[in-house]
Order: sequence, then structure tokens, then C-alpha cells
Amino acid sequence: MSANTRPKSFQEIVLRLQSYWAGKGCALLQPYDLEVGAGTFHPATMLRALGPREWSAAYVQASRRPTDGRYGENPHRLQHYYQFQVIMKPSPPDLQELYIGSLEAIGIDMELHDIRFVEDDWESPTLGAWGLGWEVWCDGMEVSQFTYFQQVGGHDCHPVSGELTYGLERLAMHVLGIDHVMEMPFNDPQSRIALSYGDVFRQTEEEYARWNFDVADTGMLFRHFEDAEAECLRILEAEELDPKTGKRIVMVHPAYDQCIKASHLFNLLDARGVISVTERQAYIGRVRSLAKACADAFVTTEAAAGA
Amino acid sequence: MPDLLIELLSEEIPARMQLTAAEDLKRLVTDGLAEAGLSHDDVVSLVTPRRLILTVSDLPKMSPATREERKGPSVNAPEKALDGFLRSTGLAKEDLEARDGRKGQVWFAVIEREGRPAGQIVAEVLDAVIRDFPWPKSMRWGSGSLRWVRPLHAIICLLSDADETQVVDLDVDGLRAGNRTVGHRFMAPEPISVTSSADYLAKMNEAKVVLSAKEREEIVMREATRLAEERGLVVVEDKDLLAEVAGLVEWPVVLLGEIGEEFLDLPHEVLQTSMRVHQKFFSVRDSSGRITHFIAVADRETADEGATIMAGNQKVLRARLADAKFFWENDLRVARDGMKAWTDMLGKVTFHNRLGSQAERIDRISELAKEIASALGADPDRAVEAARVAKADLSSEMVYEFAELQGIMGEHYARAAGNSDDVARVAREHYQPLGPSDDVPNGPLSIAVALADKIDTLAGFWAIDEKPTGSKDPFALRRAALGAIRLILENDLRLSLLEIAVEPGRRVGKDALEHGSYDAVGKAAKQMVFEEDYLQGPNGPLPRGILEFLHDRMKVFLRGKGLRHDVIDACLAMPGSDDLTLLVKRSTALSAFLDTEDGENLTQGFKRAHNILKQAENKDGVEYALDPDPKLAETDEERALFDALESAEAAIRPAMQAEDFEAVMSAMANLRDPIDEFFDAVQVNAADESLRRNRLNLLHRISETCLAVADLNRIEG
Repeated sequence: MSANTRPKSFQEIVLRLQSYWAGKGCALLQPYDLEVGAGTFHPATMLRALGPREWSAAYVQASRRPTDGRYGENPHRLQHYYQFQVIMKPSPPDLQELYIGSLEAIGIDMELHDIRFVEDDWESPTLGAWGLGWEVWCDGMEVSQFTYFQQVGGHDCHPVSGELTYGLERLAMHVLGIDHVMEMPFNDPQSRIALSYGDVFRQTEEEYARWNFDVADTGMLFRHFEDAEAECLRILEAEELDPKTGKRIVMVHPAYDQCIKASHLFNLLDARGVISVTERQAYIGRVRSLAKACADAFVTTEAAAGA
Repeated sequence: MPDLLIELLSEEIPARMQLTAAEDLKRLVTDGLAEAGLSHDDVVSLVTPRRLILTVSDLPKMSPATREERKGPSVNAPEKALDGFLRSTGLAKEDLEARDGRKGQVWFAVIEREGRPAGQIVAEVLDAVIRDFPWPKSMRWGSGSLRWVRPLHAIICLLSDADETQVVDLDVDGLRAGNRTVGHRFMAPEPISVTSSADYLAKMNEAKVVLSAKEREEIVMREATRLAEERGLVVVEDKDLLAEVAGLVEWPVVLLGEIGEEFLDLPHEVLQTSMRVHQKFFSVRDSSGRITHFIAVADRETADEGATIMAGNQKVLRARLADAKFFWENDLRVARDGMKAWTDMLGKVTFHNRLGSQAERIDRISELAKEIASALGADPDRAVEAARVAKADLSSEMVYEFAELQGIMGEHYARAAGNSDDVARVAREHYQPLGPSDDVPNGPLSIAVALADKIDTLAGFWAIDEKPTGSKDPFALRRAALGAIRLILENDLRLSLLEIAVEPGRRVGKDALEHGSYDAVGKAAKQMVFEEDYLQGPNGPLPRGILEFLHDRMKVFLRGKGLRHDVIDACLAMPGSDDLTLLVKRSTALSAFLDTEDGENLTQGFKRAHNILKQAENKDGVEYALDPDPKLAETDEERALFDALESAEAAIRPAMQAEDFEAVMSAMANLRDPIDEFFDAVQVNAADESLRRNRLNLLHRISETCLAVADLNRIEG
């Protein structure tokens, strides 16, 4: 039934997902230019899920998980990997069918594979966000996370956004039949210069793993965390009326950048093993209050935009 | 009479919620119909991952007409009262009748309701049921405000009989009830129209949907067994997994796969847990009992008979097991090194932020296990050795990955580290019993460490004031208490809980003080460490509180075994009731005694004696507690009672010493007749003051003798 041929490379899968979702009307955005732990942190999801305005976007997001680094040796684990993220607000009634269509687009033949929606409620303690949904299994492999956002930054979502997150490396390995991520063809193996995932990322995985686990200056990281936290709150407390332009400008996004930075700094400190179990909760709570403050500010700008 | 068919088609319902949801739909709809006067016959509810279904047969076309008379306010009552009455009845003033009452004329309303068509009632009931459905967690979607477990897509609501099919007129937030659904998501996605329940059931089967969860379970079990048997293999039964898997598929297709040779030397618990938790596979054993294969359940048939699906599943499993093998091999290296890396690491693992690290906890447990072992006549040093290795696996990679394997891995690793069999077993057994149906360990080392573990848990959370309240028991203290009780009773242990709880309480209190800068915590902990009272033991606040908690759990436990709560109370009031084994012996004997006629009458006699005595003491303002003088006895009955008390006491004292409660009770039984006869023949409140005093002192002696056995005042009836 499916006319879709099997893709040849990691990048072909990314390209197909992009053109599929572009074809479904999503704005194709580019990755956010800060270190984030997941595609959800991108303001296109985290902030746009708030407020009443409609929204629809798809983008690749590099995701950093310092504790998952394995020096490029583990077949599945990476401290830097890619997510493909789709957000549609309000969630369309045929989101499941659209999603299945995207799997067909990357060459998964629905006549031969077993697709399952297995309960998995999503919660991000750092973003103060939660939703209900599933992890999607293809032949027993978790290939995506499918979530209907209910709350973000402590605010009820109205309308509700549907969020799809594909773990690109894992999905691509499954589709391409690859056992070790570093062996996955990054571009077409028939290219003049064929590159594997390892050719692109083996060296960085090794270097970052060492830095994340053993070398990063923890004193500096702690200082930067404090700085980012202070700056985030300072930005949000600034007088709304800009004296230079005479306009009312709430600086939500610059503040949210600082929240993202604080979150990543916390992840680095966690990987360095300098945050005790007790402190862990306290740090997560501090990032969450930043996220919540940004969400509150964004909601006020949305209300102003709607008025 | 028409049949009713309801189908609620949604996106995938979590497996664990499906059966309850089907029951709730059945209950709520049938309750609603009954309340509206619609009787009904056979009701069947079914559930699949995507749909909730209800069929009701032989529903009347109309609800019966009803006539109700309601009495209202007096005709002279203020306007407001009448308005309220009119609102509640939905009538106008001219519809009311004024009737004569005892205090003048009173308004009466006669409310006649015509029967209503079944369709209308069904629509109202289903609308309310959908809006208020008791999902454990529900959500909104799109721009709507309706809540369901996942987006709700279609409603079938049909009333049908031989002549006609009626689609019930129902619209829930823009979702109109109809007669259309879809089949299996991939195998039969086309729309399907149905005309009746029977038509629906037949068409869904053609559309590759097995509607009954039970039938899906049966298919899975039957096919799995068949595939295994063909190869001389056996499926490991797992009821929870079976139920879950049946909730993940509409059309189960069972596939058998092989576990790679390179993974077969992993401990079977690891294979089983990894396959069950991550992949929802059933384990399959070969004839030697080794787990060599697995059963996967897919949700569709394919042209290649599942080859692609199986290949994918096998690949995923290989990756999972490669991880597990990596953990196992790394762990074994540490274990063979004597597990030192782990025990060192436990100093950094927090048990609870106010109670310190696992290492500190293990220090406390070791100390306590040593004392318990001595008390039980086991080797105290080996108990310490066992307690030190019992939790080492908490630092292992495997337990980090699979928390449910704690203890199980501990046993494997303790063996690898060269520990003897009974020490290694403690790693697994000291967590036991894990629930009311779990076994209780019976090896002396396991008992000592298991009991120490539970008492430390209780003392610790008591110290930081985290006691269970109502239904909240986040640290499973009730389970710990019941575990301690069963360890003691089922092993016939003789321990004074107050004595053994004092030291661990003090130790954990110290640790809590060191870690807790919190005020609320500081107070309880300080009390435990410093209060004179506490340090002196039995009367201290901490052990008492824990003992009361244990006694409460004990009452629940003993009531479950058929002992009356008042019998337990009567024995709890006696000294030594912190020795639970003694407490049960006493309660059991007393309970048997009270079931006899002697026992019942003796209790009455005792209460009579006790009441008369108390009344006299209150009236006279003195206590009658002197030895009665037999020489002042006037009647035969009085003299007989003196003799009976004499010989009963002579028998009871040594029997109590020997804890022979049956002998105690039969000595008590001998008192029954003399006491009864005494009360029949003798006037206690005699005119002669010295006679009266002597008789009251005699009553005191009866009371004393009985109270030495149990507090019979607490016996009811």
C-alpha cells in the first residue's frame, strides 16, 4: 500500500519528516540557538503552547543530556542527539492519523509493522508542565512521544496543543536496520563522500563526555546558574514601558533564554555529580519558578495581543 | 422491546484503566436507567483499547407513568414558603389543592408524570455519564472543554428491535451520536454502519476487533501455549502481564521468538524483568527450566506472518539485554572484589534527607540485628556481616536500572562476593514479607536483619514525624509494621518490643538531629535522644508511639484471624503486651474461654463484683483492698468462695508463670459457680459494717484474681 521507498540515510529521514509536516501546513522552524534538554524547551513549544492563539510548527532540535554521554561507545546513548518536534494548537482531531502518515513517509510499511500507543503521561518538573498521551511503539521499539498538553508553566492550556516528539537517531536506526548509532549512514552511502553518524559525532561525543563528567569547572557553573537565575528575574521585573521607544515591551523571550540556560547549567552540574539528591529537588524547583515566571509574562503578552 | 447499543470510540485508553471503565459504564448507565424507571434485562459491558461498549437487552419503549402527591406549606404560610414549594414541584399555584390538615388547611401538589420514551431517557443518562465519567485521569483536547481519558471520536447510541432502528438523539459538545464506527486501526479502518447490537457484534469481529478483554486473554494464552508446546517449551504464567497485553491490542496475534544465546547466562529474574517491564513479553522456559524464548503479542496480521514484527522486536530485545548484560558483568566484577565500591558508595546514597544516608541506616540496622540475633540465640557477628552486605546492591547498575530487582540481585552478588549461603539469602529475604501474601523468612540471620530493617524504618519515620495519616502512608509504614508482626508471630519469637525499640530509636534520633535542621523534626528527635523518660525505656514517647502503632496493626491482623477486638483489648491492657507472641497466646486462650458458658458467666460475675465494689468505694470514699478475713464468713456460700479463690489463685499463679493460659482459664472456670452462688445467697451490703467491709474486700479479691489474667472490664456484653 505504501508507495514510500526505504530511506537511505539519517538525513533523508529528517528531510522526509520536514517535507511531510510542511505539507500538513506546519511552519518549518529551525533549531533554537541555545543548549536545551529537549525540543519542548524551544519557545515555539514551551511558550506558544500558552494563550489562545493558534499555532503549528515543526522543527529539528539538538538536545543535550550531559548525563547520557558514553564517549560514543554505547550503541544507543548520546549526550547530544536530535529530536524532531511537531506542535499543533489546537490539536487536530486526526492527529493520530497524521502521525501514522509521517511514519509511512519515512518508509515504515503499515502492512508489515505493528504500531501501538502505550500509555505514557508526560511531565516536565522543570517546566511545570504535564500532559496525557502515549509512547508510540513500532515493533516493540519506542519511536515517539505523543502528548496532549494540559498545563504549561502552571497554566491550563486552552486550546490544547498536540505535541509529537520523535527521537531521531533511535527511529532512524530502527528504520535503517542499524545496530550501533555511530555506524548509521548520515548522508547517502552512495555519495561521493559517504559519512556515518560516527564520522560526524564520534569525536564530539568523546570530548563532551569527558568535559561533562570530569572537567567542567563546577565553581563557574554554579556562578553562571546564579547569574542566569538573577538575570531572568531582573528582566521580568523591569518596567514594561520602554523609555526609549515609549512602547510597552515585556521581555519574555530574553528572560526565557536565561531560564533555558539555568536548566542546562543544572544538567551539567548534575552530570558532574556535585548536586546531592536533596539539592537536586531544590534546583529543579528554582528552574521551575523561572519557567513559571516566564509563562506568566508570556500569558500577559498574549492577552495584550488578543485585546 | 428494543435493545440498546452504546459504543464510545476514542484514542487509546490506558490498559490499566480499561476494565474499571467498562464496569463504571455499566453501573452508571444502568443506575441512570433504573432511576428513570426503565427496567432492563441482560447488560453486557465490553472494552478494547479504543472503545467502551455497553449492550442492554429488552428495554421498555416508554418509562411507566407516575403519580406523586406531595404535601406543601400551610395555606397561611408566607409567600416565600409557597414559592419554594412551587419551584420544587414545577407547578403553578392554581394546580395545587388545599386540603384539611390537623392544624388547618395545607397545600397539596399532585404531580402526574407521563411515561417518557426510552430514547429520551437514554440520551439524558448517557450525556450525564460521559460528562462525569470517573476516569482516574482525564484530559481536554483541541479547542473543546469536554473531558475524556483521551480524545473521544464517535458515539454509537442505538435502540433497535425487529422492526426499526432508532439512533438516539444525543449531542455531547458537538459530538453527535450515530450508528457508525470503524474497525481495527490498520486492518479495517473503513467506516462501518450498524443496525443493532447483534449486527455490531458480528461486524466488529469481521472488522478484526475482539471486543471482549477476556476473550483476548484467552486467545493470547491459548496461542502462546500452542506455540510453546510445539517446540517442547513452557510459557511462564503472568496474570498481570496478560491483562495488560489484552488491553494493548484489539486483534491479538501471538509470536514466539528466541532470546540470543549470548544472553542465556543472565539470571532468569533479569531476563524476565527486562522482557516484562520494557517489552511486555512473556518468558518461555525450555525443558530444563531455563528461559530461552519469549512470547510477543502483536496487534495485527501481516502478509509475512509477523516476520518483520518479530525481527524488530528481537532487535529491540537484543539492545535491552545487551544493556542488562553490560550491567551484570560490571556488577559481577565489583561483587567479586568484595563489593567494597558499593558499600563505600552507600555513604553518598540518601535514604531520606532527614535520616541520612543508606550507610548510616545500615550501621543502625547492623547494631540492631546484632542485638536481635543475640536475643534469638543466633550468631550476632554473622548477623552484622549479613546486614552489611544486605543492601550493597542498591549501588549496583542493575538495581539502578530495575529497582524491582533489589535484593534479588543482592543475593546473586553476595554469593559472587564469596558470602555463605545464609548470609547471601539475607540480601533478598530481609525485604520480606513484601505483602500480606508474601512468605516470611525463617532463617535466623534473615529474621534478625529483616526485623531490624523494619524497626529502624518505623523508628526513623517516627523520629521525623512522618507517621501515616488516614489513607496516606508514603513510606509504607503499615506494611513495615505488619511485616514485623508476622516475622515475630510466624517464627514464634519472644522479644520485648519496647526494649528492642529503645536503642534504635535513640540511634535514629541522633542521625535525624544531625541531618534535620528543621524545627518540627528537631523536636521529636530531641525528645528521643535527650528526654530522661525516653532513655529510661518503656515509658518513653517514641517506643510507646511505635508500640501503639504496632498494636493497632496487630488488632487488624488478629481480627482477620477471627479474634474479637474486645478480647484483644483486654489482653493488650496487661503488662508484657509488647511481647506479641505472648499477647497472641493470651488472646487465643481468653477467646476460647469466653466462647464457653463458664467464660461468659464468669465475666458477668466479675463485672457484678467489680461494679458493686466500685459503687461502694465511690460512696464511702475509701478503697477496699485489704485481705478479707475468712473467719468473718457467715454462710456456706461465702466460705465456699473463699476456698475457691484460694485454690484458683494457687493454680493461676504458676500457670501464668509457665504461660499456660489454658490452665489459667480452666482455673478461672472453677470460680464461676462459687461466684454465682455467692451472689445468689449473700447480701454484700450487710447492716453489720464489719461484715460489709469484709465482703467488699472479698469482691476486691475476686476482681484482683480475674484482672491478673486479663482486663475483663474491656469485654463487651
